[in-house]
Amino acid sequence: MRRLAPMLLAALAVMAGACEKKTQPTPSGEAGTQAAQGQSGSTVSGTPAAGSDTILLGQVGALTGGQATFGISTRNGIELALKEANAAGGVNGKKLAIRVYDNQSKPEEAAQAATRLITQDKVVLILGDVASSNSLAMAEKAQAAGVPMITPSSTNTTVTQKGDFIFRVCFIDPFQGFVMAKFAREDLKLGKVAVLQDNKSAYSIDLSDVFTRKFTEMGGKVATTESYSQGDTDYRAQLTAIKKTQPDGIYVPGYYSEVGVIARQAREVGLKVPLMGGDGWDSEKLFELGGSAISGSYFSNHYSPDNPDPRVQKFIADYKAAYGGVPDALAALGYDAARVAVEALKRAKDLSGPAVRDAIAQTKDFPGVAGTVTLDDNRNAVKSAVVLKVGDGKTQYVTTISP
Amino acid sequence: MESPALSIPEAPSLVPPALRGILPLVIAIPTLALFHWSLTGSDFATYLLSVVGVNIILAVSLNIVNGMTGQFSIGHAGFMAVGAYIAGYTSLQLKEVALSFLPVAASDQVLFLLALLAGGAAAAACGFLVGLPSLRLRGDYLAIVTLGFGEIIRVFVQNTDAFGRALGLSGIPQYSSPGMVFFWVFLVVLAARRLAGSSHGRSLWAIREDEVAAEAMGVDTTGYKVRAFVFSSFFAGIAGGLFAHFVPIINPGSFTFVRSMEIVVMVVLGGLGSTTGAFVAAIFLTLLPEGMRSLFGALGTEGSLAQRVDQIRMPIYGLLLVVLMLSRPQGLFGTKEIWDVLPRWLPRKRRGLA
Repeated sequence: MRRLAPMLLAALAVMAGACEKKTQPTPSGEAGTQAAQGQSGSTVSGTPAAGSDTILLGQVGALTGGQATFGISTRNGIELALKEANAAGGVNGKKLAIRVYDNQSKPEEAAQAATRLITQDKVVLILGDVASSNSLAMAEKAQAAGVPMITPSSTNTTVTQKGDFIFRVCFIDPFQGFVMAKFAREDLKLGKVAVLQDNKSAYSIDLSDVFTRKFTEMGGKVATTESYSQGDTDYRAQLTAIKKTQPDGIYVPGYYSEVGVIARQAREVGLKVPLMGGDGWDSEKLFELGGSAISGSYFSNHYSPDNPDPRVQKFIADYKAAYGGVPDALAALGYDAARVAVEALKRAKDLSGPAVRDAIAQTKDFPGVAGTVTLDDNRNAVKSAVVLKVGDGKTQYVTTISP
Repeated sequence: MESPALSIPEAPSLVPPALRGILPLVIAIPTLALFHWSLTGSDFATYLLSVVGVNIILAVSLNIVNGMTGQFSIGHAGFMAVGAYIAGYTSLQLKEVALSFLPVAASDQVLFLLALLAGGAAAAACGFLVGLPSLRLRGDYLAIVTLGFGEIIRVFVQNTDAFGRALGLSGIPQYSSPGMVFFWVFLVVLAARRLAGSSHGRSLWAIREDEVAAEAMGVDTTGYKVRAFVFSSFFAGIAGGLFAHFVPIINPGSFTFVRSMEIVVMVVLGGLGSTTGAFVAAIFLTLLPEGMRSLFGALGTEGSLAQRVDQIRMPIYGLLLVVLMLSRPQGLFGTKEIWDVLPRWLPRKRRGLA
């Protein structure tokens, strides 16, 4: 009787296999077609969006998890851009629609969602994500399937190196480190700075590495580099160590959730110097968490809501009307990414992967709300950054630094 | 009517004795080959089933410690991380190497297998190191030690340049296939079943029921617990290695405490001590979120409903778990196994046919 067990097991395995298969009856055929399309690009009208009068785009974003506000802001920005595009007649008479999947801020979920968008929903193009490790996971899948992907705000250099189908509409990490180093040295005239980096985030490590190098090159001195891990709640030990070196400023290239608390605790241990950071600070929550402690600090960012440009002001007004609240940089970049995508779709000769890819690559001097976008040969956007000063419950535009 | 005593010896005669040992393999390999072949070309099914397979390996192996032996380990993701990083790193180093006497594809698979075994062995070694001191203790101590171990691994990886630090390790050759994953699923299930029926397994059950009594009966409790733990860690390492070869990037964020708890949930939901339960619960819980996505997609097409709902998928998942556990606290299968239930009617049916 025992001998039966393995057989039953095998049977069970078969049944399990059969059950899964049933839920995805189409992909084997479809994926094949799409792969063929990706290679040849010669198919006439059997484009991935398939005959109907809508063009489906996909977005993968962190709607839940540690960086949820990023994903949601990005989604709002994209939605707004598509709404406008549809109101203006869509792309060559076709309406645009978007399907958004949550990745729970995990790379394996991001890869799964991207695969789903590519093979099940057959999107023409993928937008996302914010966090670079998630974008990397998606980029691999998008590149393999020959579906163009635009990341609105992943600043890690390696993302677009995945292949020629991967683009971004923001600047890259080294540039942000450079911007803050230049600002600290030339505008704030700081001599000695301490660095407090988030060891759990590649973004933070990248920024702090470049900052340290550039700041030293410009004649400044980095007194000490301390680190913490995302999710920590007590930073007093690191801050006390920093205080001993008596710096003129502290560079904290982390995310808003920790930075707010760090600012409070820095004031508690008696550090009165300004903090500096990168675009990870950009969230309404920063003011909530940091309170008055964060006032007088500076961070580099993609755009400033104070920018008097009518295009920016119109975007802010529209966004406020639709979602309430001032859009942050991630919303602005999401908006830009979606508009770059729409423009490219209009120019593309058909909706196949390579055609759309070539159209995106031609993007030049595109007037986005977060700066003018020109894509270079490495598919990265070349654009300037702004430095913002944190005030009481809002940010204030200080200066623009160009590459 | 024949007596059962007569009918039992009849049934085994269907299989020649020489074949009995390898029978599972004889059945499984063609089945897996068929399974593998049927999935060619469907990327999404391939990916999803690979995730399912990895979760089954994790749940079934954790069940050996948490279910059969009655210990409480909550650091399985840590062992998985060891396997994933060691196997991933090995593959990355061997990327350019090919065995000259084999075709490239076969050579890749051989190297992949080597990497997997390296990952499994490393995880098993960690299991031994963690298990030996902590399994001498009783009760909740193991939980705390394994929790600590999982965190140490994560923090270690996060701060090691060779492992890509926080961004994670990418560019690992994607050698894995559902066939390979399910081959290991088959091995772990077979091993768990054989273990449960062996005298070794009986000792584990004895420890689970009453450790003092087991010791009084001459069971070397520490020895058995450590062996079960090492065994379980090995398969967690294998699962991690497989994971590293189909997920484009492995990142410390994938091996958090939450991941460990997900595996514990699978084991508890399936029924502590039931391999079948762990198997079924792993499939169910992995497909549930994706199923919800399909369901919501079907409800509201491109409207905002489906999009907003993707966000509340995980709370619904949690709610379903609460409901399931309240309505069936012993888990879906209790300690029952599918092979305990089925053979009881199978021979009877055969007798009816004769």
